[in-house]
Amino acid sequence: MVDTEGCVPLLRAVELSRVVDGKALVQGATFTLYPREVLAVVGPSGSGKTSLLRLLNRLDEPTSGTVYLNGVDYRTISPRELRRRVGLVMQVPYLFPGTVADNVRFGPRQAGIILSDKAVEALLARVGLPGYGDRDVTHLSGGEAQRVALARALANRPQVLLLDEPTSALDEEAKAGIEALLQDLLASGEFAAVLVTHDLAQAARLAQRVLVMEAGRIVRSGPVKEVLRAGSAFP
Amino acid sequence: MLVRLFPDPLMLAAVQAGVTGVCALIVAYLAWRWELRVEREIVVALGRGLVQVVLVGAVLLFIFQGPFAVGVLVLGLMIGVAGHMAARRAQGLPDAFRVSVYSILLGSGLLIGVMVGLGVIETRLPVFIPVGSMLVANSMTTVSLAFNRLRGEVDAHRGHIEAALALGASPHVAIMPYVRAALLASLIPRVDSLRSLGIVWIPGVMTGMLLGGSHPVQAAFYQFVIVALILTGSALTAMTALLFMGRRLFTRAEQLRLR
Repeated sequence: MVDTEGCVPLLRAVELSRVVDGKALVQGATFTLYPREVLAVVGPSGSGKTSLLRLLNRLDEPTSGTVYLNGVDYRTISPRELRRRVGLVMQVPYLFPGTVADNVRFGPRQAGIILSDKAVEALLARVGLPGYGDRDVTHLSGGEAQRVALARALANRPQVLLLDEPTSALDEEAKAGIEALLQDLLASGEFAAVLVTHDLAQAARLAQRVLVMEAGRIVRSGPVKEVLRAGSAFP
Repeated sequence: MLVRLFPDPLMLAAVQAGVTGVCALIVAYLAWRWELRVEREIVVALGRGLVQVVLVGAVLLFIFQGPFAVGVLVLGLMIGVAGHMAARRAQGLPDAFRVSVYSILLGSGLLIGVMVGLGVIETRLPVFIPVGSMLVANSMTTVSLAFNRLRGEVDAHRGHIEAALALGASPHVAIMPYVRAALLASLIPRVDSLRSLGIVWIPGVMTGMLLGGSHPVQAAFYQFVIVALILTGSALTAMTALLFMGRRLFTRAEQLRLR
């Protein structure tokens, strides 16, 4: 599947909808994510940003529509394989009890891969936590925990990383640190990302393109500079 | 004192039931004062319990004369009712009735069958029905506790469960820590009751046998048999119920259902 710009889409959502108890959380969302691209999803709270994101790794089931990953309908990919390829970092890190290294090893272990100490250390160094492997997760600050969550997601070597308000639960200082880290990681071009954020300035700093959601629908989309300059319709 | 007022044993028993019922009503009053919002449930349960158990007594009088198949039928009905009661504590867990019935059947039912086969449980209905019902009732309580705790754990750890799924974990791996916690919580009362057996309490069967004039040591052995069976049956039932339920919490596409 090659689109008009001559670029092969990595992920393509087609008419994605999710209706729960008669309420449409997401309605007819269609968009494309290209390799190495960062796509921001912005909109007022309750507009369906997170609901949309949860459909992309099939943590929730679309009521209609589907997603194509490398041109393949994601309903034909096993959920575990899909979620290894489309990673997710949530607003809250939700680390598992144990050490930092246990958490980093979790994803690969599900696929039968045991990461070496060296591989764990390399991942921790990438997120700015060298030497943290043996620490118990209960002793981490909020920013450190979110970095571990990032390393844990990266350990699966995802093609797409879904970021759900990754800095909104953090204090200002930690927020700046995580954003700088994200900027570095995203610039590496190893994976594409969909970033859900309510912070327009953050979207402008990290993403190339942006989708604006309102009441479950994508109401505007395009290059981040054009869309966000056109003025924002939400607080 | 009551014995002198009511020389008829049946009448005496009824009055004794009345006295203890009033004691239990005091608890309902206290629950109301504490704003626990269970006082209605306590009163209804008391009344219901009394009517049920007296009816059962009357029915047993009749049933005990029937063949063994009647006993199996009675236990089967009890398992159905137990499944219904356990499911009521499941707070929206999917398919709770079916899971409860299957697991009580697989846990306690199978155990009862094996013990009858070995001759540990007699097939005489006055033995088979009460002993079987004790196993079923305790399995029911254990499943209730297990479901209740599982529901609480899943509510408290939804984020962790979904984080595990999002990292490519199977539903089994994602739910197992919480299934384990629920199993432990449901078994602790059983283990405690086994540990304190005879020291803190002289339980029902032994009390009954002593009242009936049995040798105390014989009564003690038989009581141990019952408590050990209850622990085994309850544990097998809870494990089965939690494994079945753990699987049902997820859709075929491995999504957590309870949101």
